[in-house]
Amino acid sequence: IPVSVICFPQQNYPLYIRSIPTENELKFHYTVHTSLDVVDEKISAMGKALVDQRELYLGLLYPTEDYKVYGYVTNSKVKFVMVVDSSNTALRDNEIRSMFRKLHNSYTDIMCNPFYNPGDRIHSRAFDNMVNSMMMQVC
Amino acid sequence: MADEALFLLLHNEMVAGLYRAAEQGEGENGRCTTKLESMGFRVGQGLIERFTKDTARFKDELDIMKFICKDFWTTVFKKQIDNLRTNHQGIYVLQDNKFHLLTQMSAGKQYLEHAPKYLAFTCGLIRGGLLNLGIKSIVTAEVSSMPACK
Repeated sequence: IPVSVICFPQQNYPLYIRSIPTENELKFHYTVHTSLDVVDEKISAMGKALVDQRELYLGLLYPTEDYKVYGYVTNSKVKFVMVVDSSNTALRDNEIRSMFRKLHNSYTDIMCNPFYNPGDRIHSRAFDNMVNSMMMQVC
Repeated sequence: MADEALFLLLHNEMVAGLYRAAEQGEGENGRCTTKLESMGFRVGQGLIERFTKDTARFKDELDIMKFICKDFWTTVFKKQIDNLRTNHQGIYVLQDNKFHLLTQMSAGKQYLEHAPKYLAFTCGLIRGGLLNLGIKSIVTAEVSSMPACK
């Protein structure tokens, strides 16, 4: 069951990319890149609407294979995008939300690491382990 | 709680230590302030990430400035900013009448010229926090009478 997690900072280049399985990675990259535009749209349109920080984005259903793409934006303009296979209908809203919370918590921990320069790619083992365990839960 | 005093003492020692090193080493005084400010910058980035983890999204710049004045200042210095003024064209003046890091120094003209050294770290703190929230800024501080500062 394909799952992919990518995180982008304010300037929209990928800080961290991880996919399972690893054969179709390019396709995930492409999907996530196009979904960035939609994320930006939502942020700018939000002015008077909700003051809530996370958004659930359901969409980008391809004709051949189905994917659900979820987005999450923090106050510091860091975006997390997750691609999940649609056949995995057991994944509910709450679970996706909790996965994003875990991602956000780990990202905060990385930020506070004095050896990490903001803007570099993320090489932290703790982050990797957290993402791996999360993806194992889904698969 | 003891952690206020901890940070206060650490900060004072940081300033003193940097200046001492500068005197013995290169003797370039201007760089010390920059070093302090950059330290504050990196710390500010991490701090903001932690503080904004659970708060709602900010609607605009003014919202962000209010957050800095209330929540951020309270968490770091245990009190709020006393006065916030703006000219609505991008300049914000935050006034703190009893700045935590300056209360330990005597309230008179005696140490007025040394005060900016102690404000450099906090300027960096604010600049780092604002950059992470998406605002590029220049932060300056001035002290007219201890322990108030703008």
